[in-house]
Amino acid sequence: MSNNDMRSATISVLVENESGVLARVIGLFSGRGYNIDSLTVAPVERDGSKSRITVVTQGTEMVIEQIKAQLDRLVPVYKVLDLSEGPHLSRELALIKVLGTGEKRAEALRLADAFRARVIDATTESFTFELTGATDKLDAFLDLMRPVGLAEVSRTGVAAIARGVKTIE
Amino acid sequence: MDGTIQSAELMNSGAEAILRALKAQGVDTIFGYPGGAVLPIYDAIFQQNEIRHILVRHEQAAVHAAEGYARSTGKVGCVLVTSGPGATNAVTGLVDALMDSIPLVCLTGQVPTHLIGNDAFQEADTTGITRPATKHNYLVKKSEDLVRVIHEAFHVARTGRPGPVVVDLPKDILIAPAPYREPVQVQHRSYRPRTEPDPRRIEEAVALLKRSARPIVYAGGGVVNAGPEASRLLTEFVRLTGFPCTNTLMGLGAFPASDGQFLGMLGMHGTYEANLAMHGCDVMLNIGARFDDRVTGRLAAFSPNSKKIHADIDPSNINKSVVVDVPIVGDALAILKALIAAWKKDSTPQDRAALAQWWQQIDVWRSKNSLRYTQNRDPGSIIKPQYAIEQLYKATRGRDTYVTTEVGQHQMWAAQYFKFEKPNHWMTSGGLGTMGYGLPAAMGVQVAHPDALVIDIAGEASILMNIQEMSTLAQYRLPVKIFILNNQYMGMVRQWQELLHGGRYSQSYSEALPDFVKLAESFHGVGLRAEKVDDLDRVIAEMIAVDKPVIADICVDEKENVFPMIPSGAPHNEMLLGPEHKGHDKPGVTDAGLALV
Repeated sequence: MSNNDMRSATISVLVENESGVLARVIGLFSGRGYNIDSLTVAPVERDGSKSRITVVTQGTEMVIEQIKAQLDRLVPVYKVLDLSEGPHLSRELALIKVLGTGEKRAEALRLADAFRARVIDATTESFTFELTGATDKLDAFLDLMRPVGLAEVSRTGVAAIARGVKTIE
Repeated sequence: MDGTIQSAELMNSGAEAILRALKAQGVDTIFGYPGGAVLPIYDAIFQQNEIRHILVRHEQAAVHAAEGYARSTGKVGCVLVTSGPGATNAVTGLVDALMDSIPLVCLTGQVPTHLIGNDAFQEADTTGITRPATKHNYLVKKSEDLVRVIHEAFHVARTGRPGPVVVDLPKDILIAPAPYREPVQVQHRSYRPRTEPDPRRIEEAVALLKRSARPIVYAGGGVVNAGPEASRLLTEFVRLTGFPCTNTLMGLGAFPASDGQFLGMLGMHGTYEANLAMHGCDVMLNIGARFDDRVTGRLAAFSPNSKKIHADIDPSNINKSVVVDVPIVGDALAILKALIAAWKKDSTPQDRAALAQWWQQIDVWRSKNSLRYTQNRDPGSIIKPQYAIEQLYKATRGRDTYVTTEVGQHQMWAAQYFKFEKPNHWMTSGGLGTMGYGLPAAMGVQVAHPDALVIDIAGEASILMNIQEMSTLAQYRLPVKIFILNNQYMGMVRQWQELLHGGRYSQSYSEALPDFVKLAESFHGVGLRAEKVDDLDRVIAEMIAVDKPVIADICVDEKENVFPMIPSGAPHNEMLLGPEHKGHDKPGVTDAGLALV
């Protein structure tokens, strides 16, 4: 592994849904100096016993292997899956508030339509859009909205899953 | 581990349920210190006789004592401290145990559940503080979880890569009745460490080893952790193959030091032959060691031409700092069994001629005698610290002797000059490098082995960090022998300042030292002092003969440094040898090396 190039990795971590488990994962990243680009977490079992954490990180191949091994040895971790090793889907959701009047309002609506963003709230001076998609799509939309009156963004971070029949367990 | 399939028996209090669970886990000794939040447990301890409680004088010492107990017995050490400062004082010991993979369960008191988060008296976020200091930790919030968590804590501490586990216990949980269930061997929901190696990896390893011309076995603390049988098998494997063997600081005793195939310790203060063999080998078998920076020196120049086999129970140790060719994940005992079987089964003949040539080369390195020093034996001469350790070793040979150390020059001299034939007899703070470890660790060893000779090889600076434990020694009549190499300096700090910081001895002089003889006497022990070389043997003999705690204050040469030395950031083949050797010089340390610790 002489490869020192940085790469992005999307890692799914299935964990026991107990108190402190998210702190363990975050503490591991900060304590060992790994990056977190995005992190999402929510219970995924019907009885709430397991949660799924999706973390997007960057590092050399060696560092990413370390991150996976370090995650895997945490006691409440069931499974670690590096989705970026194969075909996978990743999505995030953003709520985007745009302020403006006149022509800028019309432009905001046109752009939203092109990106299939939904208007979920409107006043005479504002729109709030809901947009779902891959990270780069959200980024592109926000870049276009900036001159139109982008005022505030709330993003969920990435949720991801492998394509095809492959599952985490 | 889930005990729900069994019917539960309701105990009068959580505290009683805890003690019953500890007994079921084989605990016979707890090291601890009481306080408000854990009073219910102390009350339960008072009302039984099966578990012995050793009252320490500082919570850090309780953890180190439990480490000494655990490392010398192979059992899980047990600690009990109160909330707030009790728990925070224990943190250094927990990190020490985490770094050196020592199995411990530390019970901490906590304020009652309804007060958690209220900044209550003696409240601290113990699970928050100890999360990166432990292998795992728990906060018990419901009485029905209590006993399961205690059993699970022991399971997590002792299996896989061992380590410390904290169980934080709110006071109301200790008081309320709690159901008791016996431990059952059920698989943990998410925690399943791998212990059996992949047979294909074993075959790959043996194929490499059989075809090697310049092999070396590099064994660490993981072999000791895997139990005495693993050390026996390591010895068998090394003798079977005819390979040279070197041990890490944590691995000393895993292979008998008197064996002709032993090259001594490797690393920053390892022997010339061990380090050059590591540098020049063509196949390296690492069992139970983790390519620590004290072992590898400059990574880019570490053993540049070898194929590396790395056997470790912790997959996160593989390819962490050194990229290896054959990773083997599993327990050292299982791996050694498999390696021996596969070696015998593989019919490839060994290249005996190449191996003989390799040994010839090693013998040339060995003949350098890199641990050489000169002791003037004329009466009245000053004692060399190396000589003090050698004489101590000679005087204790043949006995069941356990050695602990503090951290610094004396620790390295002990590692270099005291010869360990068996595992579990050498206790030192390797990963964290905790000054103040040795005395409480020796205490824990002596509790576990009441009739053994237990010696803390110390420095005059380190010993003061937990000197209060002299009182514990007196209370429990633990005849621990404290052998201080007193050079009136924080010697390793002074050595680095001499070699790397222009001889500016900033804050490293041990000013205003106590009179250690009187200090021992004031703690109801015996104080001895050796000032000249002709005092040494008499003092050592008397120290061993006395059935009481002893401080032997050995006044040694202040100027002596630990050699060989691989300066920070240097590769193995740029080792500094001592003043006895031709060409001894100050190190050429790069700026990058200077930034390393």
